[in-house]
Amino acid sequence: MRLLSAFVVGLIFGAGIAISGMINPAKVLNFFDIAGTWDPSLIFVMGGALITTFLGYRVVLHRPAPLLEDRFQLPTNTRIDRRLIGGAALFGLGWGIAGFCPGAALPALGSGKGEVFAFVVALLAGISVARMILAYRARVDATA
Amino acid sequence: MTGLETAFTPLQSLAGGVLIGVSAVLLMALQGRILGATGILSGLLTAGSPGDRSWRAMMIAGMIAGPLLVLAATGQMPAVDVPVSLPMILVGGFIVGIGVTFGSGCTSGHGVCGMARLSRRSFAATATFMAVCFLTVYVIRHLLGV
Repeated sequence: MRLLSAFVVGLIFGAGIAISGMINPAKVLNFFDIAGTWDPSLIFVMGGALITTFLGYRVVLHRPAPLLEDRFQLPTNTRIDRRLIGGAALFGLGWGIAGFCPGAALPALGSGKGEVFAFVVALLAGISVARMILAYRARVDATA
Repeated sequence: MTGLETAFTPLQSLAGGVLIGVSAVLLMALQGRILGATGILSGLLTAGSPGDRSWRAMMIAGMIAGPLLVLAATGQMPAVDVPVSLPMILVGGFIVGIGVTFGSGCTSGHGVCGMARLSRRSFAATATFMAVCFLTVYVIRHLLGV
């Protein structure tokens, strides 16, 4: 049941990314290119997604627990620190260079285009390196 | 160099955005989790339980099947035009991987789910990555002319 529901959730997400145009790096980069070939469509993607999620969460999070698990797993960290802002800044830099964000690249794999596979491999490499750095830092902090 | 022109598609984009929202709400209702592409993907890399890995793999399989569902429904494959060279894809992808790991999320996790929860961290992260992305595209396209 969990596997089937995960697949369906992924399918709806992937279809949404595809229909919205988020799947297309040319369109995404044009959203960020106000001084050039600007295409404001992504405001509507963000707006539609945010309003739907905001309203849906209000209903869902009122329930005592999710349907398939014992409890909700919500982030508890509320600190706005250098790691958060620095990481977000790096993400923005990479997004502007490549034109893909992770949530758009995964559905875009369905297009079978080699560039998307190249992006996802580089993405996984970056995630792995960052994890190693974080694990190393945690070890140093633990022994300090 | 300027980018490839793309058509303004407010209705399709809104409809797609609503679907993204529906998937995020469904995942919260079913599994009680934030739908963040970064979190789902990076959870696959860590040695969690096999059960944990298999739902993540299924969700990613569903995501990959998403555009194929659109193809089946409309008879048209959604456009994926990459106006960027391969070295930029690789460098950008690597930097995105570092950034989303340190920043604990990307557009879906912070930009949609986190902001929908009114998380201050997610507002700060989203404002930062959007601003830096605007700046990066400006510098690349209009100052460097790549």
